[in-house]
Amino acid sequence: MSDFHHSEQDPDRFRKRILFAGSFVLLCFCLLFGRFFYLQIVQHEYYATRAESNRISLVPVMPNRGNIVDRNGVILARNYSAFTLEITPSKTLGLEETIDSLGEIVEIQLKDRRRFKRLLEESKNFESIPIRTRLSDQEVARFAAQRYRFPGVEVKARLFRQYPENSLAAHAIGYISRINTKDKELIDAGGHEANYKGTEHIGKIGLEAHYEFELHGTAGHEQVEVDAGGRAVRVLSQTAPIPGNNLTLTLDAKLQAVAEQAFGGRRGSLAAIDPSNGAVLALVSSPAFDPNLFVDGIRFDDWDELNNNPDKPMLNRAIYSTHPPGSTFKPLMALAALTTGKRTPGQAIADAGYFNFGNRRFMDDKVGGHGMVDMHKSIVVSCNTYYYVLANDMGIDNIARFMGELGLGRRTEIDIPGEATGILPSPEWKQRRFKKREQQKWYPGETISIGIGQGYNAYSTLHMAHALANILNYGKVYRPHLVNTITNPTTGEVRVVEPQPVRRIDLKPEHVEVIKRGMAGVVTEGTGSRAFAGAAYESGGKTGTAQVFSLKSGQKYVAGQVKERLRDHSWYVAFAPVDKPKIVVAVMVENGGFGAQSAAPIARQVFDYHLTGRLPGGPAPEVEAPEADENTELIEEAIDEAD
Amino acid sequence: MKLIKRIIQGILAHLDMPLFLIVMALMGIGLLTIYSATSSDGFWKLDKQLINIAASMIVMLAVARTPPQTLMRFAVPLYLLGVILLLGVALFGIVVNGSRRWISLGFVRIQPSEIMKIAMPLMLAWYFHKHESMLRGKHFFIATLILLVPIAFILKQPDLGTSLLIGAAGFFVIFFAGLPWKVMFGLGAAFAAAMPFAWTMLHDYQRRRVLTLLDPTSDPLGAGYHIIQSTIAIGSGGGLGKGWLNGSQTHLEFIPEKHTDFIFAVFSEEWGLLGNGILLILFTLLIGRGLMIAAAAPTMFSRLLASALTLVFFIYAFVNMGMVSGILPVVGVPLPFISYGGTALVTLMLGVGILMSIHTHRMLVKK
Repeated sequence: MSDFHHSEQDPDRFRKRILFAGSFVLLCFCLLFGRFFYLQIVQHEYYATRAESNRISLVPVMPNRGNIVDRNGVILARNYSAFTLEITPSKTLGLEETIDSLGEIVEIQLKDRRRFKRLLEESKNFESIPIRTRLSDQEVARFAAQRYRFPGVEVKARLFRQYPENSLAAHAIGYISRINTKDKELIDAGGHEANYKGTEHIGKIGLEAHYEFELHGTAGHEQVEVDAGGRAVRVLSQTAPIPGNNLTLTLDAKLQAVAEQAFGGRRGSLAAIDPSNGAVLALVSSPAFDPNLFVDGIRFDDWDELNNNPDKPMLNRAIYSTHPPGSTFKPLMALAALTTGKRTPGQAIADAGYFNFGNRRFMDDKVGGHGMVDMHKSIVVSCNTYYYVLANDMGIDNIARFMGELGLGRRTEIDIPGEATGILPSPEWKQRRFKKREQQKWYPGETISIGIGQGYNAYSTLHMAHALANILNYGKVYRPHLVNTITNPTTGEVRVVEPQPVRRIDLKPEHVEVIKRGMAGVVTEGTGSRAFAGAAYESGGKTGTAQVFSLKSGQKYVAGQVKERLRDHSWYVAFAPVDKPKIVVAVMVENGGFGAQSAAPIARQVFDYHLTGRLPGGPAPEVEAPEADENTELIEEAIDEAD
Repeated sequence: MKLIKRIIQGILAHLDMPLFLIVMALMGIGLLTIYSATSSDGFWKLDKQLINIAASMIVMLAVARTPPQTLMRFAVPLYLLGVILLLGVALFGIVVNGSRRWISLGFVRIQPSEIMKIAMPLMLAWYFHKHESMLRGKHFFIATLILLVPIAFILKQPDLGTSLLIGAAGFFVIFFAGLPWKVMFGLGAAFAAAMPFAWTMLHDYQRRRVLTLLDPTSDPLGAGYHIIQSTIAIGSGGGLGKGWLNGSQTHLEFIPEKHTDFIFAVFSEEWGLLGNGILLILFTLLIGRGLMIAAAAPTMFSRLLASALTLVFFIYAFVNMGMVSGILPVVGVPLPFISYGGTALVTLMLGVGILMSIHTHRMLVKK
């Protein structure tokens, strides 16, 4: 304890402690100064940037989405501006209470609440979500007066997509809807995330999806100074958005309407192409849906109805449903024979009414046969025996190679997504398709049914129209396309989508002539004559029937005795005028019976309107099949494979 | 005329000019910064602070005229009053923001811990002065008890910042009274050993503050937000600052408590390293002057009181700037003479007044 003695009375000791304290203070202040130096000089850049990013917020300004118009300027998709009431959930005091009290000043229906709840689940907490769309001016005014009561609730002017023609060409045009996780991946993969920061909707199907990045435009942005609460204090600078490009379609909205009406609600599809350039004039999938339902987020019961409808209105039959083309395949087979040199037009066979192959007998539809049949007659009377023999002579490899060249069994690359490849049967295809060894083997007997468009063959109406267009164009292949030009609304610059053929098939004009004449014969004297009686133009066509239901040996197909859903599919492929074809169509009516019966009358109405401007009075009538050709499309496998 | 002249002379007689000028400079800086920090809410806070300054100035002048011997008489009653009031707070105190710090005397609410900031050094200085001629270990022990009782109350409120300041004030007296280095190191070691135990005694929010200091980014939107934003403000100020009224962190409300505890961030953003340097020099001068007064003080009481009060100014300034710049935990300590607020200002100016009194009465004592 000696330390305590006397020391405290020593002023020297006190002064030493004062000195010590002073030094300590200086040391601490130097430490502080060092800290300030580090923050303000060494790290200044970093903190200056942090302060700027605190202060400045980039707010994307959405561009106007491009319009879609048909070839004559009829508007098929456009935007309109409307007020929406939006809630940012994280900024509200209580979500349910906020919505309840909002309901006292603007009408909020149960469906609005349901949609809000669904969007809420999909979104992040800091996004603003619409509770009501399309507010009236009075509602906007009422809300504005009581705004202070609703933190986190705002009225926003938003652009909405509208499809003024409703269900017209719905499958082709498609629709936009809210961006989901999958869309987000697509956007990121394409490096578009910056441009999509403020975008809420994206094209989901059809042209809206395929041309998404043309239609979208370039987002502008506002540099806004914000305070710590995220409120904008003032706008510092502004970059205007660049509106999306407008699409002018090859589609003729009136023709499309005629074609859709011709179906009269029956299930089926139609593809109409201008053979000279691949322009799609009409693309029908019946029944259709109203794309406007999807824009704000589809209501649950609407979605349920579309999804559970047995007629599957959401299915784009024209590009996705594939069926055996039946006898519409025969003109293509005939051209294959000419091009590969297996037949000359004059070469004739004697049709006894059947073709024996091994221990199987393939029947012609006409008992006793058609007598002597050359190529022209084979098309006009749709002689099965001629094509049984031809298919056997050509062999499956030759058939597959030629049909593949024509564009069957692969995607046509039309400018909407969701296209089926179809099935072009070949030994290789079978190998890929089946797992078991015995199923993988190609039987020569299978080649024979392929020759008349049955068997594994499966194509969409677009496939068939595309193949026929390629033939009529003497082998110049244009990609089928719905968009003619893409216009930049700012610069006025116009781009043409399909100016050049994508490839060429080696076809001889004289061979094509034989096919055209044969198909013209079908209309003048064959199965198409009833449907086209009195037409003001010359057209060529070919009916076809795809079996839904296999007949047992010895049974005869009688339409009336088969349930509607098991009736054959009705096909018709055609072109007009014969000399210089301006339009090619392929029509398929599901369970429509014979091709001449349901499909051909639809093609007639489409041609009438396109070539003469004549509007039909109503849906295409069903035509009685011509007496002589009653069973034209029927194939009977008379000898069981098991025999 | 003569009367006025005499009054002015009377005032000037007990005014320590260097100290007065330094404090005026600091208050001037404070007013400019408060103006900038509160310009968006009108100027009523600036007006109020002017009134606070005027009131505290009167307190300072009154105390400066009071001889140290008289001040010494207040030591025991003031200390006892403080302890009683702290006991009252513990029993009947008013809870504000989760802390029981206030007591209502019917017409006015007071914060007894504020009284302790002056009463503590006064009491200890008196105690050592009384036993000046025969200081022994037991006196240091008793002094420690005098210190720890009110601190225990204040820690319980809980108010870490204030107990730190009062603890420091008391410790400084004991230190200057001659607490041997050996004992200090021994206590320091014991304190370090007790840290883990103390940690378990801390309240959750106090622990969070310490953890946040170690890594502010661990909770950027919660507890770390204040430190991150004030650090950004300081760093973005750069060498010369963004200019008065131009601090974006300040004016866009990114800085919390920007006119009180975090006012240094506002100043630093707008005046840069240059301004900070000037501020540090002013505080150094203030403390230097205070220590000079202590060194020249004639009695044990005045020496201890002057030196301890001076170092309290230092603790205020260092803890505040250290916390705002992110090297010390966030404790509620204002920046002396600059932060907005009447109570702290009056306490501080009371301290300044005591320093002046000690300095201007030194000759009288010697005589």
